[in-house]
Amino acid sequence: MTIGITHFLIISAALFCIGLYGILIKRNLFSILMCIELMLNAVNINLVAFNHFLPTPNLSGQLMVLFSITVAAAEVAVGLALIFRVYRDFQTVNIDKLNSMKG
Amino acid sequence: MSYFAKIFILLIAATIFPIMAMIVPLIIQPRQPNKEKNSQYECGVDTVGRNIIRYRISYFLYAIIFVVFDVETIFLFPWAVKFNDLGLFALVEMFIFAGILAIGLAYAWKKGALTWK
Amino acid sequence: MNNDLNPALFYFLAAVMLLSALAIVYCRNLVYSALFMVVCFLSIAGLYAMISADFLAAVQIMVYAGTIVILIVLCIMITRRTTMERTNMPEKKYILRASVLAGLLFFLLAYIFVNSEVLPTTNNIIALSGDTVSGLADLLLGHYMLAFEIAAVLLLAAMIGAVVLAKGADEK
Repeated sequence: MTIGITHFLIISAALFCIGLYGILIKRNLFSILMCIELMLNAVNINLVAFNHFLPTPNLSGQLMVLFSITVAAAEVAVGLALIFRVYRDFQTVNIDKLNSMKG
Repeated sequence: MSYFAKIFILLIAATIFPIMAMIVPLIIQPRQPNKEKNSQYECGVDTVGRNIIRYRISYFLYAIIFVVFDVETIFLFPWAVKFNDLGLFALVEMFIFAGILAIGLAYAWKKGALTWK
Repeated sequence: MNNDLNPALFYFLAAVMLLSALAIVYCRNLVYSALFMVVCFLSIAGLYAMISADFLAAVQIMVYAGTIVILIVLCIMITRRTTMERTNMPEKKYILRASVLAGLLFFLLAYIFVNSEVLPTTNNIIALSGDTVSGLADLLLGHYMLAFEIAAVLLLAAMIGAVVLAKGADEK
């Protein structure tokens, strides 16, 4: 059986579900950020696979991945700065301990 | 595809080579361990206090600026490859792009994110 | 360009990617899971190179495996405690519900993809003219010109926001 678009869609769905599972069970802000990165990469694999296997005239799908990577880099930069701020104010990165309204 | 096969072979060779360089001494080295030799700093003074320190946040400010300009290069590279065909309009676009990011660098500089204290 | 992908290479890369993704979730040491991200992103770059996205493979290695992971590891070291053991523990009470949810989602998606009629087969791939970098440059500076400038504004906003937040955390 030749490798088609279905294979790529299934592995990206598996990667997305692993990321979702990680987000749901982890309580550490860093782990949650890493699992969000996994889910973003699953979406990127989908975009590249559609660009390759659908009869598209140009490289729009790959360009979307380029923008998606830009957004991911911005998200990581701001997310980590927010984690610093939370760590400074609460002395913890566990989200279950961040439930008070006033810091 | 054959183009990437060469890169893949290079990757495998580059992985095997350092592993071999670590395995061969493991086999042929003489083993005479003692307490002085196993200490972390074999020569030099012993460490004072906890050896795990917390790094300062200044490292992070540099890393943020690095990330932003790292992402800028992924846009600069296709433009640079096609520079001769794209012409003046693309040059203006790229200068606007770099100018917007230069505003951010100037802001970070003004806020003192680049001074090491 | 030949249209047949090498199945052995695909399954190898997919297995490495999924196993390292599971290792990210199951490692008990946060630094180890951050370093398994590098393996995961490298295998994703390999998959990109398989499906005619060679520039994106390089970008994936440079930005994700090279920069984002290093940034996350640096931040883990800045906020770390005395030891990194057991820093990445799962919450026991959510494991059952989360695994049922994620597993169900995966099997639904896989069922849809396998039985879908609209997905194309491998036979109708149109070979793109020119290399991918030139094609991307034409699109980026032509049709997607405004999106390109807005990406710069996004990066500017991210840089200013991160500097403000981190400088605020520094003044203690």
